Amino acid sequence: MSAESLNTRVAIQAIAPNGSRRVRESGVKWGSPAVYLIALVLITICITPVLYVIIGGFRTNSQITLDPSGFPSPWRLGNYGDVLASSEFWTAMVNSTISAVGTTAGAVVLGVMASYVIARYDFVGRGAMYALFAAGLMFPVTVAITPLYILIRNLGLVNSLAGIILPQIAFALPTTIIILVPFLRAIPKELEEAASIDGASRLSFFWRMVIPLSLPGVITVGILAFVGAWNGYILPLFILNDESLFTLPLGVQNFASQYSVDTARVLAYTSLSMLPALVFFSLFERRIVGGLTGAVKG
Amino acid sequence: MHDTQALRRTPAVPGRNAVPGAGAAPAPGRRSPRPDWRKRGEIALLSGPALIMFVGFVILPVAMAAFYGFFKWNGFGWPTEFIGLDNYRMMWEDETFRAAVLHNGIIVVLSLLLQGPIAILFALLLNQKIRGRSIIRILIFVPYVISEVIVGIGWSLMLQDAGAVNSLLEKWGLGAFQQSWIADPAIAMGSLMIIITWKYLGFAVILMLAGMQSIPEELYEAAAIDGAGFWKIQWSITVPLLGPTIRIWAFLSIIGSLQLFDLVNIIWGQYIASTAGTSTMATYMYQNGHLAGSYGFGNAVAVMLFITTLIVALIYQRFVLRRDTEGALTGDGGRRRK
Repeated sequence: MSAESLNTRVAIQAIAPNGSRRVRESGVKWGSPAVYLIALVLITICITPVLYVIIGGFRTNSQITLDPSGFPSPWRLGNYGDVLASSEFWTAMVNSTISAVGTTAGAVVLGVMASYVIARYDFVGRGAMYALFAAGLMFPVTVAITPLYILIRNLGLVNSLAGIILPQIAFALPTTIIILVPFLRAIPKELEEAASIDGASRLSFFWRMVIPLSLPGVITVGILAFVGAWNGYILPLFILNDESLFTLPLGVQNFASQYSVDTARVLAYTSLSMLPALVFFSLFERRIVGGLTGAVKG
Repeated sequence: MHDTQALRRTPAVPGRNAVPGAGAAPAPGRRSPRPDWRKRGEIALLSGPALIMFVGFVILPVAMAAFYGFFKWNGFGWPTEFIGLDNYRMMWEDETFRAAVLHNGIIVVLSLLLQGPIAILFALLLNQKIRGRSIIRILIFVPYVISEVIVGIGWSLMLQDAGAVNSLLEKWGLGAFQQSWIADPAIAMGSLMIIITWKYLGFAVILMLAGMQSIPEELYEAAAIDGAGFWKIQWSITVPLLGPTIRIWAFLSIIGSLQLFDLVNIIWGQYIASTAGTSTMATYMYQNGHLAGSYGFGNAVAVMLFITTLIVALIYQRFVLRRDTEGALTGDGGRRRK
């Protein structure tokens, strides 16, 4: 089996809407207790530190000092209340939302357009274009951050959300394109011919057929871009100096160093800031995992 | 104009229904010579914006770094003080840089050795179609989804001298194992590896599980009929056929380890990272370039980081990845569709 058809298969499998997996799942038997025990061990390892942060937010500083690894007694909502009432938290939340939504929109729109060209047009340099974007997978933003800072400063975008959104779009493009190309390519050629016979130009085929048909793939890459921007740290660290522009990762770090003696409140702030990513992820778990597997295979 | 032409060619079957059977009819519009310009225009219009963004914000900075790296420059105005390769010489003569490179090397190797076997083992044991699979997947994926900053702050609070980990060890009668997990440079690397393993293990397990899904069921049935036991089956069927997944995972892990910045800067940034025992090339670049305001030097470090990653990636691609994902990263997409 060629690598290409494998890619296509994986991509399709990964993003097939309400795919076969769920169907299978409902008819599935319970496994042996040993399997659940192993799963439980792994889950405990993965979840305990997260629970520590969340539960710690319900304690007071004196409780934490007296017994760092204990449970809250009594449970206190005060820390969470304080954080939710503070404007810095909501400012950071709004900034993160703007950054993530802007990045997602940009990466998806530009990514779909470029992927469509690579997937469905025949032209000299198509392979080179794909290779160019694919090579970007090897170079996360860390490599380019120092000169990128200079570039953003020369563009006058330091200390603005646009200064992080534009590079985030650029760095999200490789993953977006790698996932979307096999997906767009799998749209049957006959469909395009049909549209063409019906008088649709290739551009209107793009808008009226390709976009709706590739929606599951688009959702996957959108989520990946969103989570990437939401969690991004090094770019805001270099570009944003003004506290009123901080995204959540910078906000959390800032809060943790400002209130380093107030451990309980830091824990509350930290758990509240991971909540959106966790909720978002649980809603779209299958698509994210599927997208990652697709990306890795392709 | 095109549609009338097309309709004339397939007169028997009207409209859309004609198409699946009418494969022999040449696609109208495509073949005529004139729309070629139109096609080029479409290509430029659709791929132009992405190309400009990608070249502008990904490729151009790397080229700029190569240029700036030859200057002594504080980042303001146009660089004028050309010093050739001096930045690179200074870098290599700097013990703290060599320490950072060494740390990166250790992180690459330990990440592979720790996460790989553990992830494969868990994936083998969990690779069954059982109820609750998706909730298991969600839960073990949580560390990967939350941001490095949250992971860093959470763990540094737990690993404080008076933190939860030491307190638990005390409660369990293991007080002898209490450590200054973060502040003691001798064990800081160990602590970092614990955190890295925790953060990325779930991702590795999910990836391995996904790879196992594509192994044909019949192989297992045949092996079972032949009387092979569970471990024998895993060792002779699953692990070898998981090869491609393992190799891609290792590639991602190596690249990630070389670029490691976030966790180290968040947890050890307040200490001087080079003496904390966990500095990496990226934190060295941040401290000695950006924070120190030496942008010529900082860009030279960026170039080193780029070259290191590139060389490792090319070698890996050439000797390891080649056999299963031929050209996956180098132009598979350009191949003609049949």
